[in-house]
Amino acid sequence: MVDPRSHVIARRLAHVARVIAVSSGKGGVGKSLVAATLALSLSRDGLRVGLFDLDFTGPSAHIILNTGELKPKEDKGLIPPEVDGLKFMSIVYYSGVNPAPLRGVDTSNALIELFSVTLWNNLDCLIIDMPPGIGDAVLDLLRFVNPLSFLIVTTPSKLAFETVKKQVVLLKEVGTPIIGVIENMKMTVSDEIRTLTESLGVKYLGALPYDTELEDALGNRKKLLKTLFARKLHGIIQENLKP
Amino acid sequence: MHEWALAETVIAAASSIAAEQGFSRITEVTVRVGQLQQVERGILRFALLQLKPAGFENTRFRIISAKTKLKCRVCGYEWLFQKRRLSPDVAEAIHFLPEVAHTYIKCPRCGSPDFEVIQGRGIWLETVKGVK
Repeated sequence: MVDPRSHVIARRLAHVARVIAVSSGKGGVGKSLVAATLALSLSRDGLRVGLFDLDFTGPSAHIILNTGELKPKEDKGLIPPEVDGLKFMSIVYYSGVNPAPLRGVDTSNALIELFSVTLWNNLDCLIIDMPPGIGDAVLDLLRFVNPLSFLIVTTPSKLAFETVKKQVVLLKEVGTPIIGVIENMKMTVSDEIRTLTESLGVKYLGALPYDTELEDALGNRKKLLKTLFARKLHGIIQENLKP
Repeated sequence: MHEWALAETVIAAASSIAAEQGFSRITEVTVRVGQLQQVERGILRFALLQLKPAGFENTRFRIISAKTKLKCRVCGYEWLFQKRRLSPDVAEAIHFLPEVAHTYIKCPRCGSPDFEVIQGRGIWLETVKGVK
C-alpha cells in the first residue's frame, strides 16, 4: 500500500520560482503578520505571489487579509482564490470559524493533501505562514518542498530567540537556506538580537517596530500596507528578497 | 473535478513503482478509496483513463471502496463514518480536506473530537501489476 499523494507535490510546485517559509520557534511573534504583509507587498510590487497558511490549528492570515467568503475553484484540482492578485490557500475554507483540533498525523495528512491538490501554477514566490515550532509542518516542508528557504521571525525577547537558535541549528544541519532573521515588535534601541543572530552565522535582516496602529489595520489591506510596520518590512524586502 | 488531481497522484505513484519494478507495460492498478473523502469513483476512473501515459494503454484500473472506521482516543469507542449524517456543506468540506472531520464529527459515546481514522481516510495505491 502506497500513499500516492506525495508523488505529485514537486510537480505542483514546478512553476513556483521560490518558496519562503515564514517561521519561528515561538507563537505570538508576528509570523502571520509578517507573512501576509510580505505576500501583499510582493504582490503589490508586481510579482506573482501565493500565500499558504499552514497554521492549521491557529489560522489567522485570512483575518489579516479579510478574505470574506472566498473559496477555491475546483478545476482538475483546487485553484486558490485571489485577494488583490495574491493567491491564498487556508484550511479555513473547509473548517470555517470552527476549531480544527489536529494531532501530528492529521496535520501531516492535511499538509500533504493540500500540497497535492492545490494548483498554484506560475508564481514568482510562494510564502508559507508556518505554525510555531519545529514540528510536523517544518519537517514535512523539509521532506517535500525543494527548493525551500526560511525567513525567521523573532521578538527582542531572549525567550523567543532561544527557540530561534534551535530552529537555526536544525535548518543548518539539513542544509536548508535561511534568508535571515527579522526582529519584530522592537521597542528599544538595542543590538542584542542582531549580535545573537550574527553569532549564529545568520543574516540579521532588520527590525520592525511595535506599531500601535497595526491592530486597527487588520482586515484592511490598503491600511495595512500604509502602516509603519509594512513600510519597514517593505524596506527589508527591497534589500534582501528581490530577485 | 478535484478527483482529477487525485487521479494524477495515482498515475504518478504507479509510474514510479512501475519504473522501480522495471515494468514495460502495466496490466493492473488497484486503488483503494476511503469513504471519508467521498471520492466519486466514476469521475476518478474517467480521470485515470484520460491521464494514462505510455505503458498504461491496456491497464485495468480497479477501484475498491473502503469503509471508514473511526476510534475515539478518549473512550476507545469505535464507529463507522456515515455521510448521510452530515449536512451537504460539511460533507463537501470533508471531501476536499478529510482532516476537517475533526472539526465536524465527534465521538458518538463521549463527544470528543479526538479520534483516530483507523481505516478509510482517502486514496491509497494498493497494487501495481505489470510485465517486464
